[in-house]
Order: sequence, then C-alpha cells, then structure tokens
Amino acid sequence: MIRTEHLFKSFDGRVVLNDISVEFDQGKTNLIIGQSGSGKTVLLKCLVGLHQIDSGSIYYDDTLFSALNFRELKQIRRDIGMIFQGGALLDSSTVEENVRLPLDLFTNQSAKEKRDRVDFCLDRVNLENANKLYPAELSGGMIKRVAIARAIVMNPKYLFCDEPNSGLDPMTSIVIDNLIKEITEEYSITTIINTHDMNSVLEIGEKIMYIHDGKKWWEGTKHDILHADNKELNEFVFASAMAKRAREVVDHGSARS
Amino acid sequence: MQFFDFIGRYFILMSKVFSRPEKRKIYRSRIMFEMEALGLNSIGIAAIISVFMGAVVTLQMSINLESPFIPRYLIGYATRETMILEFSSTVVALILAGKVGSNIASEIGTMRITEQIDALEIMGVNSASYLILPKIVATVLFFPFLTILSILIGTAGGYLIAIFTGVMNPSDYVEGLMYSFKTFSIWYSLIKMAFYALLITSISGFYGYFAKGNSLEVGRSSTKAVVVSSVMILIFDLILTQLLLIA
Repeated sequence: MIRTEHLFKSFDGRVVLNDISVEFDQGKTNLIIGQSGSGKTVLLKCLVGLHQIDSGSIYYDDTLFSALNFRELKQIRRDIGMIFQGGALLDSSTVEENVRLPLDLFTNQSAKEKRDRVDFCLDRVNLENANKLYPAELSGGMIKRVAIARAIVMNPKYLFCDEPNSGLDPMTSIVIDNLIKEITEEYSITTIINTHDMNSVLEIGEKIMYIHDGKKWWEGTKHDILHADNKELNEFVFASAMAKRAREVVDHGSARS
Repeated sequence: MQFFDFIGRYFILMSKVFSRPEKRKIYRSRIMFEMEALGLNSIGIAAIISVFMGAVVTLQMSINLESPFIPRYLIGYATRETMILEFSSTVVALILAGKVGSNIASEIGTMRITEQIDALEIMGVNSASYLILPKIVATVLFFPFLTILSILIGTAGGYLIAIFTGVMNPSDYVEGLMYSFKTFSIWYSLIKMAFYALLITSISGFYGYFAKGNSLEVGRSSTKAVVVSSVMILIFDLILTQLLLIA
C-alpha cells in the first residue's frame, strides 16, 4: 500500500500538486488519470522520489518514504519497479543486459541463475528469442514489454507505470494492460498507473483517481466512472466518441433492467 | 552567482561519482568498454594530427632557423621539446575535448532526456557513478598512452619530412632528438594529460547529466562541455606548468 497525505509540489512558484491525499491499494491496479499537464507525471515522480516534494508525506506501507535519506532511499528502491513512457531502456545494452542489470548490481546470483531469471521474465512478457536484440531493433510494444520484464526482475513490491500505452495501437495496449494487471495480482504488487487512455481505465481501473489542475478531483472504480456526477471528470471521460457510446450502452442496459 | 552555482553542483556531482561503487566487477567491465570507446577509438585522430604537426614543426624550424650560428640538430631538439612539453599533452587534449567531450555530454544528455538516468535511479543505482566514473577512470588511464603515442608519431613525422623534403639532414634531426633529454619532461606531459582527462570527462559528464528539455538542449550542453573543458585545459596548463616546472 502507498499513501500520500497533503502533498504539495510547485515549480518556480507554480503549484503543480495541490494537497493530494490518496491511498493506493496492494494487489490492485491503481490508476491516476487526468488531462495532459494536470500533474499526473509529477505526482508519479514524487511518489518514486525523482522529485522532492515541498510538503506533505508519502508512506510505503508503514515507512515514511518522503523522509528517507539517500542510503535508505537506495535500499527501498530495490523494491520498486517502474515502466517509463518511452521504455527508458539503456540504448547501449541488449534486451538481456537491460533486464539483467539490477541482478548484476544487487544480487550475488550465479551467471546461470541470472540467465534463468532473465529468461523467465522475458517469457512472462511473451518475449522469447529477443535476448540479443538492442532497443533500436525493437517495436514500441516490445520495448514496453522489455521494460515490464526489467521492472519485475527483482520481484518488486511496488510497480509504477507512466503512460504504459502511449504510442501503442489498441490491440497492443490491451496486451500491455492485461500483462500489468496479471502481474499485479500474481505477485500482489501495489501498482500505480498513470494514463489518459480510457480503454485502460475501463479495462483495468480497479481504483481510479482523477486529477485536475493539480488537485484530487474524484476517486472511484471503473464501474463508478461512467455515472460520476462530476462535470470536469465527465468532460474528460466522455471526450471520445467511444466513451460516449459506452455510456449510452450502459444507460440503455440500466433502463431496460 | 551562476559561477558558484556551477562549482557547487559540479562538486556535489563529483562526490556522487566517487562514492563507493555498487559492484566492482561491473565497473571493471564498464571501464574496459569505455577504454575502447573513448581511448582506442581516439588513436586515429591523435596519430593523424601528431604526424602532421611533427612534420610542420620540423619544416617551420628548418626554414626559420636558417643561420650558420645555430646548429642544425637544434631543429630535432626543438621538435621533440615542442611535442613533449605542449603539443602531445595540451593540444591533443584540446582535440580530445572536442571529440570525447562532445561524445560524453551528448550520450549522457540523451540518456537524461529519454529518462534512462531516471530508470537507473529507480533501480537503486547510483547513476552518476555508474555512468561517469568508468569514463573518468578509463580516460585517466588511457589518455597518457595517447600522449606517448603522439610524441613518438610526432617526432617520426619530423624525421619523415626531413627525409622526403631534404630540408635538413636526418642524422642531424636524430642527434637533436637525443640532445639534452630530461625524463621529467615526459612525466610532466603525462601528469598534465591525466589531469586533462579528468577535466574533460568530468565536465562533459556534468553537462550531460544536468541536460534538460529536448535534443536542442542536449546539443547546447555538448557545446558548453567542449568550450568549458577547453578553457579549463588552458587554465590548468598554466597552473600545472607553474607547479611542475617552475615552482
């Protein structure tokens, strides 16, 4: 579980996160949604410690994450996996080297154990026979899958995903979404996904927080979101024709029953 | 104020760079990789400029020291001293600041803007040390070899020009090369080059590491890295000469 209390963050006097208090549950896919520029990525980067918060608290289970020193932060980060928007794979390393890096640096496993673990993680994301390829030789979907494999190789307790579907076609997006959801449930990870993809919201949104102008605007599940009585949220959710159609179908179904 | 901000951030970064590595074995393999990427791959450019500079210095000396009062072997002596004392360390370092410095700043800068450095940090890796320390160690160890190579190739260039143009007698040139040789001059040159390697790699690493924004900013960081490294090389040339040869 990850919890924030009265989180504030500003850049050059401009408030980007304004009093965010929220709890992200373990074993669930927690989604942060909102328009571009609403503060989603800043919130995610504050949660993993890439940005220093101005005030407030961040708890990882019972640990006050926001008060950890450099050494303690390095330690807890070994329990964190993160999937970046562009994958953030190391360009000069092969797929295998990218996934193996945390094992090389932080474990005393033998070469065979590391190879087996890397193969297991790559199999888990359906990427066999890609070990020797470089990131430049991979498609967008493959890059995301390697990023997922790298994120889970150390058995993380917390998984962060920054717009995992950006730049992917709808079918590949569903594959990535389902993969993240399966892994979350399988290993009981606290997963936080930053997205503005409504497909993901309706597919895997077990707990959703809508952020608007840096403030927590709404909180609920994928079942609540289509009926929420919130103007800004409705404008965001029903901006696409597909979402409008989904609401019509749901409303029609309710009326009939 | 900006200057002090730069100095402060530079030394904070260096304290991270020189902190204890996570696993020495990984760093050793990265040092070997960087030696090839930054050192071995620079041999060509160092060799080409050295052979031409050695030849040109010999030609210039031959033309300008045309006097019955000046022994001809002094041309070989002057070429050797020019190569050892300044050219093979300072001028080669300025060339390497352009080649290696821009390479490091743009590589690390691109890693910064594509979130690869953030990814390392999230894994719990000391990204500054992981990315910059192997480059510093590799260049500090390898660049002095480039200096030795440059001295040898430069003096050979002078010898070849003496043979092919007949501007002077090659045996006079060789006599000059061996005239009044001081071993400390070689040490002086190697010490300077090791300092320059540290300056080039750490300054370029600094500009790359703190790059922000987009590809334009990476380009600007790369340019700044080369300019600042070059200026620092010249300043340290003065300081080290004062300390090692005069003080």
